[in-house]
Amino acid sequence: MLLEAQGVTKAYAGVRALRRVSFDLHPGEVHALVGENGAGKSTLIKIMTGAVQPDAGTLSVSGQRVAHMTPALSRALGIAAIYQQPALFPDLTVAENIALALEQGGRWTRIDWRKRRRVAADLLHRVGASIEPDRPCESLSMPEQQIVEIAKAIGAEAKVVIMDEPTAALTDREVDRLFAVVARLRRHDAGVIYISHRLDEVFTLADRITVLRDGDTIATRPKSALSRQSLIAMMIGRELSAVFPKRPVALGEVALEVRNLRNRAAGLHDISFAVRRGEILGIAGLVGSGRTQLAETVFGLTPLDAGEILRDGRPAAIDSPAAAIAAGIAYVPEDRRQHGVILDMPIVANASLANLPRVSHHGLIDRGAERTAARGHVERLRIKAASIDSEVGTLSGGNQQKVALARWLSASPAVLILDEPTQGVDVGSKAEIHDLMQQLAERGLAIVMISSELPEILGMSDRVAVMHAGAIRAILNRDEATPARVMALALAEEGGGTAVQ
Amino acid sequence: MMTTAMHRHRREISVALAIAVLSAALAVAAPAFFDPTNLLDLLLANLPVLIIALGMTIVILTGEIDISVGSIFAICAVIAGVLAKSGMPMPLVAAGACAAGACLGAVNGALVAPARIPSIVATLATMVALREGLRWITQGAWIQDLPEGFQWLGLSQASYPFAAAGTAFVLALAFGWALGNLPAGRAAYAVGSNRDAARLAGLRVATVTAAGFVLLGALTGLAALLNAVRFNQIPSNAGLGLELKVIAAVVVGGTSITGGRGTIAGTLLGVALLGMIGPALTFLGVSAYWERAIQGAIILTAVAIDAFRVRPQSHAAAVAAARA
Repeated sequence: MLLEAQGVTKAYAGVRALRRVSFDLHPGEVHALVGENGAGKSTLIKIMTGAVQPDAGTLSVSGQRVAHMTPALSRALGIAAIYQQPALFPDLTVAENIALALEQGGRWTRIDWRKRRRVAADLLHRVGASIEPDRPCESLSMPEQQIVEIAKAIGAEAKVVIMDEPTAALTDREVDRLFAVVARLRRHDAGVIYISHRLDEVFTLADRITVLRDGDTIATRPKSALSRQSLIAMMIGRELSAVFPKRPVALGEVALEVRNLRNRAAGLHDISFAVRRGEILGIAGLVGSGRTQLAETVFGLTPLDAGEILRDGRPAAIDSPAAAIAAGIAYVPEDRRQHGVILDMPIVANASLANLPRVSHHGLIDRGAERTAARGHVERLRIKAASIDSEVGTLSGGNQQKVALARWLSASPAVLILDEPTQGVDVGSKAEIHDLMQQLAERGLAIVMISSELPEILGMSDRVAVMHAGAIRAILNRDEATPARVMALALAEEGGGTAVQ
Repeated sequence: MMTTAMHRHRREISVALAIAVLSAALAVAAPAFFDPTNLLDLLLANLPVLIIALGMTIVILTGEIDISVGSIFAICAVIAGVLAKSGMPMPLVAAGACAAGACLGAVNGALVAPARIPSIVATLATMVALREGLRWITQGAWIQDLPEGFQWLGLSQASYPFAAAGTAFVLALAFGWALGNLPAGRAAYAVGSNRDAARLAGLRVATVTAAGFVLLGALTGLAALLNAVRFNQIPSNAGLGLELKVIAAVVVGGTSITGGRGTIAGTLLGVALLGMIGPALTFLGVSAYWERAIQGAIILTAVAIDAFRVRPQSHAAAVAAARA
């Protein structure tokens, strides 16, 4: 047994996070840990890595009981963790970041730069990445940073590798590479604790699956004993009727049209598409294909160089987010913690931020109206929070995303651009967000949804635009959009079909 | 609900408690401190700090800082004196001092907001440039022979303190109210908490930031005038070290130095505590050598509390970084 936690109990300020949870990991095994956000997965990981101490229960590593786990001890015992948000030093190079995790020289030992680079290049090669070791980590994309984290864990020759939503920022191709790394770890008799909201991955990788819910262990089962439906049911405690609530909606006029858009700085060219009222246009593509840049251009963050944006058939000059908002366009960005919500502010102030004129009378904020509106959002979007005065930073990821949505719904836009609306969001909230998208489409909103998750794109979109290298390769109708076709277009493979407009 | 309110305003409450404890000690050991003349002197001496601190609170809330206020203070005082000597009526002199401050604030704002120079560097540059520029123009000479109506704003020495204090407190009330009830106030908090998210919410981040500096400049002009009229000549080196007093009061009052958190009530209390601590120690018979040390300890305590009160997320990120 590589790792064994028994009867672990932990409470934060009287709020129970874990109750008598047991978890074990064999050599050469991938043990998936699933549950909604707030189920206790992070707390369990923190206990294993020594970041927090359990109130009760025992922890053993390689059969040895560890009385007091600390982060340094867990590292020394061969436990490595890769988090959803990579924690690299942005100003240091890739090689330096890797060296910091691996080298154990004394404070005054001279640094062997050549060896550092060689080790880094070797590790990156082993995980199949072509990242220059001398690049500062700041310049790496999110997936590249994730890969550096993985290289660090491999380099540390960790016996226990904990992966917490490692694929949240990765595209399918990078996910495949990650899976190869997991397979290699398994061959070397390391154990992997794999946390993911993406059930496809869990079923592909895991040998055993443990479900946590509200701090309790619901079950630990071999993968073969579980079906997708039964797993979801265990996670949320109720059966989900359908995975995607997409229903046909009668389409209205064209709400947003983009003609021959070019934005050299953002690497976009020849982009044309139109979205009708009631329609959901999915935008698929690999990370780096220009999806987010397209959204940012339409929203006025990086104004276009050439081309036109039309709203309701009239040209709109969009040179700033404020102008986009005035034109009835809303944008819920990808990285909600960085861009979507203001963590220090309460729900009520976050919800009204894009919409202050509407809750104001004669230039004054009408606190009563603001609070009534916020309460309405909390109820309608089922935001779980102690009160509307709770700071958004204290909420779970799914609930933060709902607050980001609430901000834009209160502005009643005509066009809603969603960038990875359900990334890192628990299954229950995900279904609720999809449901909400459907309701908004039925109310006549034109929705543009960027997503890296193919099932989401295929399940929710009326049409799918596939981007590659800064351009739209094709726009597929719902019945033409098969996983294979979309992937082929995104990878720019021949045989992906001729461009369909 | 009561507990959340107490939790949210714990800094204001603890500073108020510190003031209460200090007052109690004074009431027992040195009741002479509460002599009306002494209190009035203390109030007058601290009004400029209070008025500037109102503007500084806004600037710090938006995540910026302005260390040039001492230099702006000196220039505005000189300009007020020059205008008064040219025979201008006092209301116009006051407007001139505020306008001069606003213009200098706008320079800071332009350097920080559109040009994106870090505010500590930009205002360090203007602090030195303005101070040296003033020294060069005045050649170090003080402004003397001020007209009759300049001193005490043309009011009597007895009524002036009430007029000045009234102005300051009305301003404080107005700012406190505006931060909570005007979209502009909400924007200041949003910009200071998260610039990117504020921009994506459609706020004009550069305008909000620059406006803070302009406002601070104008208030510094007003403070300079209210301070200058207490004397019959205007030094050309006024306001040395003023920026530190002001920033210290704002930070002690609970405004987060990284922006996004803070209240006007806290700033009022911070000015009160730091303003009374020096004289209070003298009254209590503590050696003058200890004054600065104790002031420093108060500031350090306030900043340390902020440092330990890091946001739960950034704390988690720090832990994650430490573990990785």
